Parts: sequence; C-alpha cells; structure tokens
Amino acid sequence: MARASVAEQRAAWILLSPFVLAAVVFFLYPLVESARLAMTQSFGANATRPVGMSNFSSVLTDPIFWIATQNTVILTAASLLVVLPMSLGLALLLNRPNLKCRALYRLVIFMPQMVGLVFAGFIATVFFAKDTGFVNQLLTQIPGVNTLLHNLFGFDVQFPWLDRHVLLTVFIINLWLWVGFNMVYFLAALQSVDKSLVEAATIDGAGPFQRFKNVTLPAIKSVTAFVFLLAFIGSMQLFELPYIMLNGDPPQNRGVTIVWYLYQQGFEIDDLGMASAVGWILGIVLIGAAFVQFASARHESREARL
Amino acid sequence: MNSRTRRIAAAWPHLILLPLSIVMITPIIWLIAAALKSQTDFFEYLFFPTTENGWMIDFSRLTTQHITNLFGTAGMGRALANSCFLASTVAVLGSFCAAAGGYALARLRFKWAPFVTALVLGLLIIPPPLLLAPTYKLMFNLGLLDSYGAIIFPMIAPAFGVFLFRQATLQSVPRELIEAARVDGMGELTIFMNVALPLLRPMIGAFMIIMFLATWNNFIAPQVFLHSTDKMPLAVAVSRLRGVYYQDYGLQMAAALVSIAPPLLLFLLLQRDFVSGLTSGAVKG
Repeated sequence: MARASVAEQRAAWILLSPFVLAAVVFFLYPLVESARLAMTQSFGANATRPVGMSNFSSVLTDPIFWIATQNTVILTAASLLVVLPMSLGLALLLNRPNLKCRALYRLVIFMPQMVGLVFAGFIATVFFAKDTGFVNQLLTQIPGVNTLLHNLFGFDVQFPWLDRHVLLTVFIINLWLWVGFNMVYFLAALQSVDKSLVEAATIDGAGPFQRFKNVTLPAIKSVTAFVFLLAFIGSMQLFELPYIMLNGDPPQNRGVTIVWYLYQQGFEIDDLGMASAVGWILGIVLIGAAFVQFASARHESREARL
Repeated sequence: MNSRTRRIAAAWPHLILLPLSIVMITPIIWLIAAALKSQTDFFEYLFFPTTENGWMIDFSRLTTQHITNLFGTAGMGRALANSCFLASTVAVLGSFCAAAGGYALARLRFKWAPFVTALVLGLLIIPPPLLLAPTYKLMFNLGLLDSYGAIIFPMIAPAFGVFLFRQATLQSVPRELIEAARVDGMGELTIFMNVALPLLRPMIGAFMIIMFLATWNNFIAPQVFLHSTDKMPLAVAVSRLRGVYYQDYGLQMAAALVSIAPPLLLFLLLQRDFVSGLTSGAVKG
C-alpha cells in the first residue's frame, strides 16, 4: 500500500472535522461531565457542591425509582416477548411466495412508525379517553359488550385506559408503532436467505417448522440479535409516550419510566446531579447490553470464519 | 385438491393481514375524521358524519374550522415553520457531514483512522438520556439555551450516520475510481464532492429522511433546551395545546393531523429508499 500523502491526510481531517468537533464537544465532554455531576448536588446549571456517592444511594433508595424501573422492565419485556415475535410472524407471512398485495401490506403496517412517539401519545389522549374516547365508544356500539364486560370483570366500557391502565395502553400504542418497524428488518433478512438452502431442506423431507428452526432462523440470527438490541435499548429509554399521555402528571406514579424519573429529577426538581446518577445507572445497563451483543456477534463471525 | 380450492387455501395469510391492516390504519382514518368534524358531530359519529342512509360520508357537515383556528388563534403556523426549519436544516447538514466523515473513514488513509473509528463505535452505544443533564449545563455555559444551536449542533454529524456512510462507501465507492481521479489530478476534496457524493446519493436520500423524522419527532431536546413559546417546534407546541384548548378535541386532533402529515407524505413518496436505507446497516446486501 502506498504511503498516505499529506494531501490525503489533510482532506481526511477536513472531512471528519464536523464529526470530531461535535463528538468531542457534545458527546465526550458531557460524558465526562456527567460522571462529575453525578457526584455533586446541583440546583439548576450553576450552584453545585460535591456529595460523593450519595446521589446514587438516594436514587437506589427512592421508591419512585423502583416503580419507574418496574414499569420500564414490564414494558421492555412486553416489547421483546410480544412485539418482536409478532413482527417476525408478520414478516414470515409477507415473505410467502406469490402473496398478493405484499407491498401494500408492508406499507400499511409500517406507516404508524411515521407518526412518532409524541404525536401518537397526544392522539391517544383523545382516542383512549374514558368517557368519550373512540375505543370505549366503539366497544359500546358492539351489542352485548357492555353487559358482558360488566358481568365478567365488573367494569363498564368506560374503561380507564389512561388513568388506571396506562402501561397496557402504552403497550398497545408501542405495538402499533413498532411492529411494522421490526417487521421491515425481519423481512429484509428473510429475503436475503438463500432460497436453495430452503429447497434442499424441503427435498430432504424437512417440514415447515423444521425448515424454519434449522434453516431460516440460523440464517437471520444476526438481524434478530440486532433488532432485539434496538428494541431493548429503545424500550428501556421510553419517556415521551407515557409523559404526553398523562400530561406530565402520573397518577400515583403509574406510567413513570426510568427516563421520566430522570427528567423529573433534572428538570422539575432541577437537580442535575441526581439526573446524572440516574443516567449512569441506566447507562451501565444499556452499555452492558450493547457489549454483550457486540461480543457475541464478533464471537460468531470468528467461528463462521474457522 | 383442485386448483381452485388450492388457490383459496393459499390465501389464508390474508385472513390475518387484512384485519390487521384495517386495525393499523383505523387510528389514522379516525384522526382525519376527528380533525374535520364539527364540535357537535365529534361524539355523534365514530368516524365521519354520514348521510341519512348511513353509508356515505356527509361532506356538507365536514368543517375546516379547526384547521383555520389552529393557524389563527392557536398560532400553530409558527410551530409548523419552526419544525420545518429545524428538521430540514438538521437533515441537510447532518447528512452532508456524516457522508464526508464516513467517506474519509472508509477510503482516506490517515494516522488516526483507527482511533476515529473507535470513537464512532463508542458514541453509538452511549444512551442519549445519560447526556441530558450535562448537555443542559454545557448549553447554559455556551449561552446556547433557548437557541436553535442547542438543537442543531449536537446533530451536525451523528455517529450513526458516519457509520452508515462508512459502510455505504465501502460498498459503492470503488478504490480504483478514487485512484483514477487522483491520477487525473483531482484534489482530494473535489474527489469527495464530484466522485464519491454522486455514488452515495441513495444513502444520502435515505439518511436525510431518517434525520428529518428524528428531528421532527424529537420532543425532549426542545422541551429541555428551548424556553420561548415562539421557538417551539410542533412536538412541544402540540403537547401543550391541551392546557389551553382543554375540551376542544377537534382543534387538538387537527393539530395532530397537521403534525403527522408531512412525515407521512414524505414516507409515502419515498418509502422504497427509506426502508432500504433503514435496513442497509443491519442486513448485508
């Protein structure tokens, strides 16, 4: 390889300067600063005093933090265990040969992703409203539903979606928003699976389930891991959806998530130190998950090469 | 089994996909109806007001009153303009700078290349909420609070974009082409502008949409870094409508419709590029 010319080196730095500058000023410096802030008590951006590790113990002994953690974990688990398998199932359906209207289905199922978390949450406040919302109105119009629900569960169709069952409602909206997004990744992966492998397995007498388990699933493993990681990281950082749906004011901390708790600490109580401590607790979990994923992906690609 | 029954049997995926598609699109249809219904019709009809026989939309009962109010008394025109400005600025600047960085990492030889590549990968795994509090303090110290700089500067060359463009360059800008341009006496920056950029055009289109949407739907940054009402983009302005127009559901839903219409239109026009750009990082083509 020829030695890099001076002109080439200089061009590289010019082209990379926006990235390097933004990375140092707006990512690396705040990262270091957040470690320092996490060990201070601060009121707004100015007044700070060092308090050692006490922010961390305050966070970890705050019952609201644990409610937030519980809510976040429930929503994350629901997303990984329900939304992802559904996305894969839909991708398998859309990947069937000779399916009519494939592009139209993909379009319609993906479309909610464009709505965005904030606007979806905002629409949900009217859509799921207890007395007048679309969902409860629709349920009333189905004959018999009113009495049936009343006898079975003891509630009327004025189902309190937002006031009492906000996690369920967030989950439903999450499903609506993300099922198509994940499906698109799975579908792209399925379309790149070598068709001759599937055919060979069919000739060898493998049934549809065996073909899926032994041929398709291993072939889409890396994309599955990637989508899994994206969904995990995204759900763990959930904030806007419940925040907007509850108008920033959670009834008895129902619907508070970890990032919402961070926001409360940093920008409602104005303690940037506490907010940074929460950030590090969450950050360590997420960075750990990313490392596990990178390590296993690297391990696999090394095995594949051998 | 004759061919007809077989054809019907093969259609079973539609039994799942068709109802599901209807459910997926229902909130959007409902939203359009809600934004166009008068206050009296709002709870009277589930969707659109219908004519006597119940099967046709009664267009004469639809109203654009909410949309007029939205841009008049509610002042949402300003928020719409702010959103358009922020999202397109970030889309154009972010894509250009990310393309420049990705190209340099993939094809130019310089001493610190491994270090910068590690920086890109490292930034990818930092969760944004971790940086929220220190960035607030930084913006305060830089005097950028309540200015668009606080929104735009951190997004100027996202690591995610640099990474995508690095992969795209490796795939679609052949080294020989660059060498040939050098032999022809082209300068390094001219090569990037005139040789590499045109080859990266599909990825630039996809990434511009990704950045546009990310900024358009970003709530937390403007909520935390901006203070003046007249600087707020739609995501924040719309979320605050409920405080003022408490019971005016028609106006609220008109605001939501106006807010999601540009991303939806953009998506419908460019969905092929967008989806392929989205998945290109994860699925090896």
